[in-house]
Amino acid sequence: MMTAMFGAVESGVIYAIMALGVYLSFRVLDFPDLTVDGSFVTGGAVASIMIVNGSDPFIATIAALFAGFLAGCVTGILHTKGGINPLLSGILMMIALYSINLRIMGKPNVPLLAEETVMTKIDNWFASDWSILLFMLVVTLIIKFITDLFLKTEVGLSLRAVGDNEGMVRSFSANTGWMKVLGLGLSNALVAFSGALVAQYNGFNDVGMGIGMIVIGLASVIIGEAVIGHSSIARATLAVIVGAVLYRMIVTLALRIEFLDTGDMKLITAIIVIIALVLPKILDRQKAAARKKKRLQQLGGNANA
Amino acid sequence: MLEMTRIFKVFYEGTPDEKIALNKVDLSMKQGDFVTVIGSNGAGKSTLMNVISGKLSPDMGTVMIDGTNMTNLAEHKRALKIGRVFQDPMAGTAPTMTIEENLALAYNRTKKRTLSLGVTKKRRDFYREKLEMLHLGLEDRLQAKVGLLSGGERQALSLLMATFTDPKVLLLDEHTAALDPSRAELITNLTKEIVDHLGLTTLMVTHNMQQALDLGNRLIMMDKGQIIFSATEEEKKKLTVEKLLAEFQKIKGGGGLSDRSLLS
Repeated sequence: MMTAMFGAVESGVIYAIMALGVYLSFRVLDFPDLTVDGSFVTGGAVASIMIVNGSDPFIATIAALFAGFLAGCVTGILHTKGGINPLLSGILMMIALYSINLRIMGKPNVPLLAEETVMTKIDNWFASDWSILLFMLVVTLIIKFITDLFLKTEVGLSLRAVGDNEGMVRSFSANTGWMKVLGLGLSNALVAFSGALVAQYNGFNDVGMGIGMIVIGLASVIIGEAVIGHSSIARATLAVIVGAVLYRMIVTLALRIEFLDTGDMKLITAIIVIIALVLPKILDRQKAAARKKKRLQQLGGNANA
Repeated sequence: MLEMTRIFKVFYEGTPDEKIALNKVDLSMKQGDFVTVIGSNGAGKSTLMNVISGKLSPDMGTVMIDGTNMTNLAEHKRALKIGRVFQDPMAGTAPTMTIEENLALAYNRTKKRTLSLGVTKKRRDFYREKLEMLHLGLEDRLQAKVGLLSGGERQALSLLMATFTDPKVLLLDEHTAALDPSRAELITNLTKEIVDHLGLTTLMVTHNMQQALDLGNRLIMMDKGQIIFSATEEEKKKLTVEKLLAEFQKIKGGGGLSDRSLLS
């Protein structure tokens, strides 16, 4: 049980980078970007093929980041220059990337178990059970702080404003179209970076491993916000990381239930997201009812009045 | 400063709903002119604003600002020379961002956006100083989210954001219409103060005839996409609401029992 939980936290921290990407598109830009399902695998594909062909795993992982950036930019251009609806541009890009990923990989599954990856290197350097977790935690936190800082720059501010009030930023001379392209590029860069690390962590890259990734990202963002809150940018990004780890832990716990098996993962994910979305509304309603009751008592009336 | 020549704009052309929103409109404003625009709903006032700001492009005609032909420029490029305040207090600000972040966005209107911080200590002092001009105490709430402000406070902030970077042309689109009378008066006074202080070339649309008479040095009245009446500085000084209504009746050919309701 402890080993399973440890693994859950470890992979949660790696998936947190993907969740930060989803936070950028879904929350900051207010753009539900389904490209994620494809770009996650693109990251893994680029990194694994480079590693198999003898590249340094760190360089391969960085290359994945740029591949993801390009994929996100294409989605952005489809939407802003092509005038395609946000959801549809993401779906189109997701489908297109499936074939592109197969082309990059050459086959549906690239094994990395015999290769030197970022994970094996870190294991060799520090030789501790904690090395991967701590290293990934540092990487994820660095990305978090860079994201926080970026969202406070002049460019970052206008990026946030695009998701908040597009007409207003345009009236202050920001090119909202290119802002969206940039935002989606950065978002998918993080997603692909995470995909490259997950492939190396799992020891293989599979063309189907991105299915439902956007929902996992959303689950992380929503769970995190429910637990930590999102009153400031720094808090919201921290919430996303915590949410990603919590999500992995919940899934690990759920899989221990006898009649559930690994094939039920996507169903569990969907149910977690539904609960996370619906529960706050039910709680709010109950609170409102409790307040009403309290007021009525104060006024000396009875609750049925 | 602002030159509009022979502007035509038709909506739904070739359908039964065809509407000529602007019909050969000419308007010329000198540096420092403050023109108020009145007219009933559908007269073409908002279309006129949108054609200047670039939200709509005219079917024909040219828009020149400060000697530059703006007709074919995208909205965000024109924004380099134009400050705008909208009717809806929600429209001019970003609600989930703080007051200082909103001001930082506005500060960049005329400058290229870079990767330097939008809110620095020096800039914060500058923002605070500007906010003091509003006399609303917003200078002590720099880190409050704009979504928490009242409609009047937001509109005052929008006005400041549109003007503190010295736009060549200021567009005010019924910017007090959504406020209660006392807030509307506050914003009207602020508008007067800021425009006088900076000498801004301003075009203001309003449904309030008294406001149209109180503010500005020129007045135009629009109907069915045309400027049907125009008062120069001297003429405007002598105008009253009654005279304006009489003028409207004369042009429309009399018989208008509902003229007041049409205009106001």
